[in-house]
Amino acid sequence: MWSLSNIAANIDQWLNANMSPTWALIVEMVIAGVAVIGLFAALGLVLVIMERKVSAWIQIRLGPNRVGPKGMLQSLADTLKLLVKEGMTPGGADKLLFNVAPFVAMIVAMLLLAPIAFAKDFQLWDLNIGVLYISAVSSISVISILMAGWASNNKYSLLGAMRSGAQIVSYELSAGLAVLAIVVLTGSLRISDIIQAQENGWWLFKGHIPVIIAFIIFIIAVTAETNRAPFDLAEAESELTAGFHTEYSGMKFALFFLAEYVNVFIVCAIGATLFLGGWMPFHIGNWHAFNGVMDWIPSSVWFFGKTFFLIFVIMWFRWTFPRLRIDQLLNLEWKYLLPISMFNLLLVTLIAIMGWHF
Amino acid sequence: MEDEAMFLKQYIQDIWGAIKSLATGMKRTGYYFTHHKEIITQQYPDNRDTLVLPERFKGEVVMIHDENNEHACTGCTACELACPNATIKIITKFDVDAETGKKKKAIDTFVYHLELCTMCNLCVEACPTDAIKMAQTFEHSVFDRSQLTKKLNKPGSKIRAGIE
Repeated sequence: MWSLSNIAANIDQWLNANMSPTWALIVEMVIAGVAVIGLFAALGLVLVIMERKVSAWIQIRLGPNRVGPKGMLQSLADTLKLLVKEGMTPGGADKLLFNVAPFVAMIVAMLLLAPIAFAKDFQLWDLNIGVLYISAVSSISVISILMAGWASNNKYSLLGAMRSGAQIVSYELSAGLAVLAIVVLTGSLRISDIIQAQENGWWLFKGHIPVIIAFIIFIIAVTAETNRAPFDLAEAESELTAGFHTEYSGMKFALFFLAEYVNVFIVCAIGATLFLGGWMPFHIGNWHAFNGVMDWIPSSVWFFGKTFFLIFVIMWFRWTFPRLRIDQLLNLEWKYLLPISMFNLLLVTLIAIMGWHF
Repeated sequence: MEDEAMFLKQYIQDIWGAIKSLATGMKRTGYYFTHHKEIITQQYPDNRDTLVLPERFKGEVVMIHDENNEHACTGCTACELACPNATIKIITKFDVDAETGKKKKAIDTFVYHLELCTMCNLCVEACPTDAIKMAQTFEHSVFDRSQLTKKLNKPGSKIRAGIE
């Protein structure tokens, strides 16, 4: 049977049979890198057209419908336009930081793909501190935003970057505590262990109400961390033109844009892995016939289905809710989300110690 | 102790209220997302032949003429006075009644400057005899600005009998 893990194993076998182990490893790394870049390009195209269609339908509009069948090639055309545009560097900018910032944003997004399990036994790097690695590396993205904002030498960019910094630093806390709830229940930081623990049911269903609360807090916090509406103060169009990427154009702008969408994909993939069982099919207790049918659906379809469902939910948020003011944003985090998630973590710990979960 | 209990109650109520109102909004947008028949976008040049305009759409002021080329305008200039930006100019004349020889005020030309009109509908509401109405034509582009100054009463038309 064809599956992503089979294909990967076959390539590994073939390479090891034909060249020395060192070269085989190098070639595998190159293949993985190309695959990641390919995934990025595909995600950028798919998520942009998805966002535009979802926003249009929510606002009772038609959305792009001219380029290609049903407008599906619109984002491809836009990407081509961005590729051929001139990448301006403003005269007063800090040239080095200005040009490096988009690549930092992109590299952070790439690093975050490493521990994500896309399908059964299909993972770039199953390190034993996967969850810690994700929360540590995802914090670096704020540096790229601060770099871009500072180097642009522009008041809007700097304000946007500072807001973004305050926002990511605050919301990292409640996102971390929500993730900890699952770590406490599983007893492991390794992504594959967390997925394995959900074989007989996803944590969202097994962990009672505290896990549902943790899930809601996680979704709110990652929406804020990815700087999307209703938390898009960092690039509030009406106040700051475009926030930290005001001065960027052409491909450098496209990299920031792509990194934003890839970050949305990554946080949704993490949410799907922690709370919805990653690639694990939907199983109900002892219903063997039902579970068999669910197993028949490929694991990659499960993973991408769950991830895109969460992406849709976050898009739904964006096109429904009005933007928060900066004081409301910090109130929400420090007066509501953080106390609730701390209390919630205590409850989850109690559940884990007493073994009350299913 | 009392205060703390009140605070906690208020705190939980706030959260509950917030979740409820956010869910209400998401329900509405979710309804629009799944019901594509609600889409209001008109793909205009493509559906030019089958275009259906909303009832309240206003394109320009026209004067109503019946089959005998008669209108209901008495030349009272109520519309001219009601117009906020001098879109309408009414030029009157004196008709001499053939039988009695009395002079009677009547309309000569109803000048309408489409380029000044904001489609506010105040002239139509001001008209005591319902002589003018808003039409739904909207393709008003012309190459010469003077073509936008229109004469609303048709040549040779006269006031319908019995309208004072």
